[in-house]
Amino acid sequence: MNSYRENSFLKSIDWSLVVTYLLLVLIGWVNIYASVHSSEPASIFDFSCRSGKQFVWIVSALGIATAILFIINPRAWESLSPLIYAATILLLVAVIFLGVEVKGSRSWFEFGPVRFQPAEISKIATSLLLATVMSQNGYRLTTPRNFILTALIILIPMAIIVAQSETGSALVYVGFVFMLYREGLSGWILFMIGMAILLFVLTLTASPYVSMLVLMGVASLCCALESGNMKKWAKVILPIMVFLSFVPALIKWGSGLLENPEDLTGNVKPMYFFAMTAVIGIFFYAYRAYRDRSLFKWGAIASFITGILFVLSVDFLFNDVLQDHQRKRIEVLLGLKDDPSGVGYNVNQSMIAIGSGGFTGKGFLHGTQTTYGFVPEQSTDFIFCTIGEEWGFVGAAAVILLYAFLIGRILHDAERSREAFTRIYGYCVACCIFMHLFINIGMTMGLVPVIGIPLPLLSYGGSSLWSFTAMIFIFIALDRHEKRYL
Amino acid sequence: MKINKQNKIIAGLAVATLILIVRLFVIQILDDSYKIDASNNSMVYSTIYPTRGIIYDRNGKILVGNKVAYDILVTPKEVSEFDTLSLSAALGVTPEFIKDKMDEYYRDRRKIGYQSVVMLKQLPPETYMRFAELAYKFPGFRGQPRSIRQYPYNAGGNLLGYVSEVDSRYIKAHNDEYKAGDYAGMTGIEATCEQYLKGEKGYKIYLRDSRNRIESSYRDGEMDKEAIPGKDIVTTIDAELQNYGQALMQNKVGSLVAIEPSTGEVLALISSPGIDVDVLADIGRHYSQIASDPLKPMFNRAVQASYPPGSVFKLVNALIGLQEGVVTPQSEFPCHLGYRYGNRKMACHSHRSPLDMEESIMMSCNAYYCYVFRSLLEDSGNGSVSQALAVWDEYVSSFGFGHRLGSDFPSELGGDIPTPALYDRMYGKGRWKATNIISLSIGQGEIGCTPLHLANLCAIMANRGYYYIPHIIKESDGVEIDPKYRERHYTMVDTSYFHTVVNGMYRAVNSGYGSGATASIAAVDGLDICGKTGTAQNPHGDDNSVFICFAPKDDPKIAVAAYIEHGSFGARWAAPIASLLVEKYLNREIGSSREALEKRMMEGVLLDKVNDR
Repeated sequence: MNSYRENSFLKSIDWSLVVTYLLLVLIGWVNIYASVHSSEPASIFDFSCRSGKQFVWIVSALGIATAILFIINPRAWESLSPLIYAATILLLVAVIFLGVEVKGSRSWFEFGPVRFQPAEISKIATSLLLATVMSQNGYRLTTPRNFILTALIILIPMAIIVAQSETGSALVYVGFVFMLYREGLSGWILFMIGMAILLFVLTLTASPYVSMLVLMGVASLCCALESGNMKKWAKVILPIMVFLSFVPALIKWGSGLLENPEDLTGNVKPMYFFAMTAVIGIFFYAYRAYRDRSLFKWGAIASFITGILFVLSVDFLFNDVLQDHQRKRIEVLLGLKDDPSGVGYNVNQSMIAIGSGGFTGKGFLHGTQTTYGFVPEQSTDFIFCTIGEEWGFVGAAAVILLYAFLIGRILHDAERSREAFTRIYGYCVACCIFMHLFINIGMTMGLVPVIGIPLPLLSYGGSSLWSFTAMIFIFIALDRHEKRYL
Repeated sequence: MKINKQNKIIAGLAVATLILIVRLFVIQILDDSYKIDASNNSMVYSTIYPTRGIIYDRNGKILVGNKVAYDILVTPKEVSEFDTLSLSAALGVTPEFIKDKMDEYYRDRRKIGYQSVVMLKQLPPETYMRFAELAYKFPGFRGQPRSIRQYPYNAGGNLLGYVSEVDSRYIKAHNDEYKAGDYAGMTGIEATCEQYLKGEKGYKIYLRDSRNRIESSYRDGEMDKEAIPGKDIVTTIDAELQNYGQALMQNKVGSLVAIEPSTGEVLALISSPGIDVDVLADIGRHYSQIASDPLKPMFNRAVQASYPPGSVFKLVNALIGLQEGVVTPQSEFPCHLGYRYGNRKMACHSHRSPLDMEESIMMSCNAYYCYVFRSLLEDSGNGSVSQALAVWDEYVSSFGFGHRLGSDFPSELGGDIPTPALYDRMYGKGRWKATNIISLSIGQGEIGCTPLHLANLCAIMANRGYYYIPHIIKESDGVEIDPKYRERHYTMVDTSYFHTVVNGMYRAVNSGYGSGATASIAAVDGLDICGKTGTAQNPHGDDNSVFICFAPKDDPKIAVAAYIEHGSFGARWAAPIASLLVEKYLNREIGSSREALEKRMMEGVLLDKVNDR
């Protein structure tokens, strides 16, 4: 009996997750060594340099993992989650007053040589509490009470982290919408978030006019798709859209014919045509919505008006709400400003480093860019550059696929579990890892503005490694616990 | 597979992963631009500076050569702790200097990165050797050899010009052909022949490994580029003559120009005060001192200063008179201490009267030329005085006056000849007569020319009616000169008329003391020097002493113009100096009878006569 239990205990662990985890940690460690490896090479275990310190973090992280797997009862997480959450919120607030300032944000506690960022564990705490709350009997996301409760659980730590000026870490919480989507949130919410990002980018790169036109097109197209009136849309709305898109050019052409071009360009603005069309359109759709009793159409009208207001406020958001460095990073990303020595420097150097790797890379320790001080923050946020340069497309793509496998496997295990708690927690973990992965790697390749968040398990740093280890192994423990009783 | 939310999420994950991998593929495989940038970062280009072309004199002597000097480069990232005191002792600088520099590099560390910066420039080899012995103690410091200018002769000075490091304005003006740290000729021959002298920079490419060590030369040096040394320049200057001329002109303000009449080649061109070559070699240290000197040593008087020619100009008027037929060689005019017109008088010195043309040149009679000039304007059949003056202008211009000769000196001055329009402005249209502008007859008034113009006039006299544009660069291997320097430029005066005037010049020098000739002091036995003195009024003080001469009379080898500011009569300073130069050139030494004169000329100081205006 004893041997059977033992066997089952080990067998029920999802070893593919553990192996993926170990692989990623190892890759991180080796590449941290490569990226700090400079004119005076030291051993990878040299504790005065980052690779040596990372070794200490890795060993202690494995300790944490073992403890979670073998010592702590997985059932405890559910009951402890409100306590953990409350403690984390306390820490998050306390760090604003008691923490040390690092690069303009107060989000770190310092105990002698050890630094620790409460924002890292708040991800775990939030995930646990979300899983606890949402797995209650009778919980339905669509009821207002539950929805507000769920939103608050996510928004409270997020707001405090923004207050610490760690906007990047706060952005990770946006990833929870994918979990909410899985748990019953309407897909339209995801769609609207996507639209908002598109409109924001379009307004900044093209013009508010273009962005409003797109909004109008998308809103009317959605209505048409929903009621199956595609032909009507193509006959009526599409020509109007085409006409509107030529209005600015028409005005320019018309003003060229006049003696005093100011008369036309000053008095006739494309926006007037748009406003006219929009007002007529809104009344038309409102009539239709009223006639058909269509909630969807009312929603579309509301979204359209909200969208217009959003476009009009983009300027304000961009110039007055965002901080200087955030604005600059977005400007550089969208190519509005070229700044290769300032904000653009990091991105430019990191893309050069990755690009120079080619197909197979320059080989371990043979990178010239990353080991040579061109890429800043190369062992933390920009660790992916070292991989891209020294291991090339093959290595870098392998790392991305490894992450994809890790996330996919977690989702797979989560779906298989019988308990909602495990499933929801698993989705939370997958969302967090995904957000970190996409933002971090996207940033090093110029897809996403520079947002300083680490690459999970790979980047140098104890508190990030510990918290991701705990997060993943809590899931593995929960998963194992379920399988034992299969 | 059902399209449920779970699968949509999996699909979303797949799409996001694909986006990342496609982006990775684009920047690592498809887009080459990032690779090129990376190779800039990891290859080290070490510039090889070419040696600058050598400047020779006409006899193959080196006027400007090269010597090696060392720049000390620092790569701040490679510097480890070192003994500031012993480094400063080795380099011959103060410890504070090194400390300041290192602090500066530390401040700029982000900008400098892994590059090297120049800490000290142009160390002499002795100092560098002292450093090189200890260099192993100072990692990150190294020397870079570089050739700098060396001047074996004290000849040329500002004629040669100086070389200095280019500044941002210079780089901009030359379309970024130069880079910071390059040197370029800034004045004189160094500037005009920059394209030949500079050569082409080369480079060596090294690979830097990931530990910031220079690992190997890139592709075994296959892609390296050798530096191409600059082309040598042969000048028409005679180094010894130039050096001797400078000695004669020391402590005087003025110019001395010698031309070979049969080619137009400039044998010597001295502007005094000038710049000594040892100052030239280290122009940076002396620049402010030179720039603030009231005597303007940078100013090349020989081609940039406009002076009235004085009596030397009588030669031109005599020739125009002969050509226009208003006088003949035999025409005689009276002179009793001057020429009276109306109630005014153009004064002259005492000499016998009347004089014919040859004698008028020999004794430099002012009155004679008043007669000639007045008849030119009034009786030459060229219409009104104004029209006649226009014709006269054309004649004068054909002697090279009033415009740039087109020499290869930078910023040559054109000089002035007065046009009728000028006098119309001064006096009112039609309200001036020949007598108003009578000073032109003796080369005074509204006429200005450079010493180069005068030397050219002298070459015309020597050639009996034509000149080659004076120039200083000789054609040599790989260096071509403008074909215009090989063309004869004839004056509008028939060559047959020159005979009389040249005879007058001969008699001015060789008639002996007591004959009334103005330039007896310039006579040298056996050289048949022909010359003409001038005493040009200088509104700022004592008259300017002017003399032009060529020799020998038949088959002339050298034509000289000397213009000494505040030198009084032409015979006082200019004539002896010019004749000594001729003697030196033709005989290669000064006869014993003239050694005292030579000594007096060399030791003469005229600087105190120059007021600072």
